[in-house]
Amino acid sequence: MFDLSGKTALVTGASGGIGGAIARALHAQGAVVGLHGTRREALDTLAAELGERVHVLPANLSDPAAVEQLAKDAEAALGSLDILVNNAGLTRDGLVLRMKDEDWQTVLDVNLTAAFRLCRAALKGQMKRRFGRIVNITSIVGVTGNPGQVNYAASKAGLIGLSKSLAQEVASRGITVNCVAPGFITSAMTDVLNDDQKGKLLSGIPVGRMGSVEEIAAAVVYLASAEAAYVTGQTLHVNGGMAMI
Amino acid sequence: MSDVAERVKKIVVEHLGVEESKVTENASFIDDLGADSLDTVELVMAFEEEFSVEIPDDAAEKILTVKDAIDFISKNS
Repeated sequence: MFDLSGKTALVTGASGGIGGAIARALHAQGAVVGLHGTRREALDTLAAELGERVHVLPANLSDPAAVEQLAKDAEAALGSLDILVNNAGLTRDGLVLRMKDEDWQTVLDVNLTAAFRLCRAALKGQMKRRFGRIVNITSIVGVTGNPGQVNYAASKAGLIGLSKSLAQEVASRGITVNCVAPGFITSAMTDVLNDDQKGKLLSGIPVGRMGSVEEIAAAVVYLASAEAAYVTGQTLHVNGGMAMI
Repeated sequence: MSDVAERVKKIVVEHLGVEESKVTENASFIDDLGADSLDTVELVMAFEEEFSVEIPDDAAEKILTVKDAIDFISKNS
């Protein structure tokens, strides 16, 4: 089950906790993996850990030209782009009244627009080969909202709408487009919370703990697999039951 | 028949999986050959690759028949 031997995958934001776990999991299933990120050192460390079948592809996703180049570099390095995981994301939290245009734009550019551009670039080859898997990493807050995160939540809700629309456009070509929506996951993004915040948060999670990055990666592996061919346009919520949608 | 016409027809036959005899010059991709909108985008991409031409969006919109494709490519490649 879920064998990815002979498949090629690009994971953006692979220098982060969730992205790194996704790259490891796809690699463990046999895929050739392209690691994108902005921190070259972290990518090199992960590449060294994985050994063979891995390529390091740093790029700044807020630069449109760099995104186009990343797609080209990935196809050249990997030979094709069967699986695209748009995981890269950043936050610029703040209440709307204090939010600068720049904080809004940067988050939209990286979290949503770069994902759109990479989808567009990956699709050309996927349509020709009549196979493709696109997995966009969204967030629970894209569905529920979260004060202080209008930009982040908008970008993540945008990914869900993008995925549903694109899924309908390309379903007939053997390409699926889905989202994975993590809840609260132990990562650099949640490490900044204090104990009081964490306590409140856990009281709203039926499973009673934060999720692990591996639990997100497992959902991505499933959606990337041949076995998930009949699943498209969906959002798989991995959140310990904190929101049942 | 010109070389361009033959190559265009070959691409159409292969891509749409239709009988060669149906791919006449006046055949409309959508009305006569069963193409959907995504097929027409894919055909334009295939023409661009085969003939090393760039077909801008406004020109692509006007390529509705086999003849339209042959004419555009003959003029621009």
